[in-house]
Amino acid sequence: MIELRDLTKRYGDKTAVDGLSFTVRPGTVTGFLGPNGAGKSTTMRMVLGLDAPTRGDVRIEGKHYGELKEPLNSIGALLEAKGVHGGRSAYNHLLCMAQSNGIPERRVGEVLEMVGLHDVARKRPKGFSLGMGQRLGIASALLGDPRILMFDEPVNGLDPEGIHWIRTLMQHLAREGRTVFVSSHLMSEMAQTAEHLIVIGQGKLLADTSMSQFIAENSRTHVRVRTPEPQRLLDVLTTEGLRPAAGAQGALEVDGGDAARIGELAAAHRIVLHELSPQRASLEEAFMRLTAQSVEYHGHAPGGVQAPPEGAQVAPGAPQPPPEGPQAPPGGTQAPPGAPQAPPPGGQQAPPPGDPQGPPPEGPGWGEDWQRRRRR
Amino acid sequence: MSTQQHNGQAAPAQPAAAHMPAPAGTVPPAGAGAGQQPGQGQPGQGHWPGGIAPYSSPIPMARTNLGHALVSEWTKIRTVRSTVWTLGVMFALVVGIGLLSAVGLSGDFTGMPLLSSGLFGLMLGQICVITLGVLVVTSEYGTGMIRTTLTACPQRGRVLLAKATVFFLLAFVMTTLACALTALINSALLSDQTLPSYERGSELADSFEGGKLVASGSEWLGATVGAGLYVALLGLLSLAVGALLRHSAGAITTMMGVVLLPLLMAMFMAGKALQDVRDFLIEYSPLNGLASLYRIPMTTDQDATGWPLLGGLAVVTLIVFAAAYALLNKRDV
Ligand SMILES: Nc1ncnc2c1ncn2[C@@H]1O[C@H](COP(=O)(O)OP(=O)(O)OP(=O)(O)O)[C@@H](O)[C@H]1O
Ligand SMILES: [Mg+2]
Repeated sequence: MIELRDLTKRYGDKTAVDGLSFTVRPGTVTGFLGPNGAGKSTTMRMVLGLDAPTRGDVRIEGKHYGELKEPLNSIGALLEAKGVHGGRSAYNHLLCMAQSNGIPERRVGEVLEMVGLHDVARKRPKGFSLGMGQRLGIASALLGDPRILMFDEPVNGLDPEGIHWIRTLMQHLAREGRTVFVSSHLMSEMAQTAEHLIVIGQGKLLADTSMSQFIAENSRTHVRVRTPEPQRLLDVLTTEGLRPAAGAQGALEVDGGDAARIGELAAAHRIVLHELSPQRASLEEAFMRLTAQSVEYHGHAPGGVQAPPEGAQVAPGAPQPPPEGPQAPPGGTQAPPGAPQAPPPGGQQAPPPGDPQGPPPEGPGWGEDWQRRRRR
Repeated sequence: MSTQQHNGQAAPAQPAAAHMPAPAGTVPPAGAGAGQQPGQGQPGQGHWPGGIAPYSSPIPMARTNLGHALVSEWTKIRTVRSTVWTLGVMFALVVGIGLLSAVGLSGDFTGMPLLSSGLFGLMLGQICVITLGVLVVTSEYGTGMIRTTLTACPQRGRVLLAKATVFFLLAFVMTTLACALTALINSALLSDQTLPSYERGSELADSFEGGKLVASGSEWLGATVGAGLYVALLGLLSLAVGALLRHSAGAITTMMGVVLLPLLMAMFMAGKALQDVRDFLIEYSPLNGLASLYRIPMTTDQDATGWPLLGGLAVVTLIVFAAAYALLNKRDV
């Protein structure tokens, strides 16, 4: 369990983390989301006692980090910046960490095996690829078999198989009763992994909610209808108790409507339809709406298209018309696979639908396959 | 320390049978207050979501102490190439230059104490030890390893102490060995000297016994253990400077300045007016301390043994260390 109380960090004039209070609980994967510069990494460094808070307090199992008797057994962390000496072999890197906490040496071999680095154990990390470096970081986090795991953007640089593996691993670790706290920019990624969600923007807490609740509130569905006789259709739908609203380019958007029923109604009244399509706002959009005001670093798409949608911070539950083209969030061209899908209902650990790969490799399995491919 | 038995379980890969996934029925209803999950009491009251017990590792854990930190730092220092390189080059310089100068000087009257030519190699060799001392700390900052180190051992003072101890012992042993070897070479090749008649009354005449140049016990001590201690202390000072500056090039440059500048400045201070400043700079120059240990001090005080300067260096090192410790605890990493 990680508890933050009014945690604040200022660097000069810049307030990186601003009065954060939340609790990360064991037994679930807790996603930590926020746009670039929101203060996620800073928060994580403060959890580890690396940066001292300007104000407030963070505790691990009730203690400050410095009071932990066997830190690596309490919490294992993968930080954003690589914490590895490039000239010391992967094995020796893990060995010196293990020794500093009195962890038996054979555990080093175990974690190397687990992340699939056993073949390069004696190689220097200087020559490692991004993904290999990330694997070594994950191995260090797992070294002390800790009760709490904290990962700062763990999927960075991992191949699809590695992403799948880390996702499964995190859920597996949570199921064993551990606390898993993982940061990401990608809502869709989190939707498949996390059961609980903490969203921050410009250092402030924006949401602290369960994933299922977030999805229920934010993945608004509607049906888009286009017709040459919009006024007639509007009347028909309104009399039937539906609430159509004017959408973009003369289309009508029917909230919570059933496409089949609308089609039948139109046919019954002999109204020509040019389009009838169910639309689903992606979680990515919901996330962007939530953080729109706190995004500091905007990208500007050519042609003056604005990156984040205009919508101000949405009060949860208050549906807002999504920006045009719900399936293509501006700024992010591809709607990530599985984005709109609900994750397995709370606590259920079945692999999320829409996963590209076959059955999830359990624990150490992933590395073996990666090794096989590497040897080819 | 690291030899406890692992109880033979492949730890995290094994699913605990008792840990069933939470039943789907416990999904929080929409509208539940943010941050509070149903079925859960106040934090710290021992209620876990879905009835999952907190994880407990089968790996035996020890309460960490300085011993763990020392073992860890020993592993670190012996597993990077910079250690092998700097100490190897130091050894080669001290012994190599010692051997060359002894061969070159042998046969003639040198006019110097028996072991003193060991100084030349060590003046270069100490730069290697300084470099290693700096790198022990700054390489961790340069690579980000320091975050890993301080996460594994949040007691920063303990980390600094462990690093200092391991480095100091290693540097002391290696430098003393190199100096002792050089002293043996000098003593073997240079003791066959005849005292010229014009030197009859000089101090050096006391060092001749039975027609051979010999070194007294205290000369031996100064040229081996004394020199080793002195250079290892200089390395320790470098380590502390490295911890203060957290930057390799900056710390090495600073240490070069500390070692060379007093003497260089003194060389350009001609004239009577600056006589006192010049004498002061020469007397307290780190190089003079080393030279005095070899009994060829750079001042007119020919009785200087170098030990008082070594004590002074130890005091300075301690002060810089205290500053490094205070800052290390205060700063973010
Ligand atoms: N050591 C530092 N000195 C000064 N400013 C800092 C420091 N570390 C972080 N910041 C500032 O604090 C803010 C938060 O940074 P942080 O790295 O925590 O964001 P983040 O949420 O991890 O972003 P990203 O998603 O890009 O990783 C940024 O604006 C950054 O410029
Ligand atoms: Mg970050």
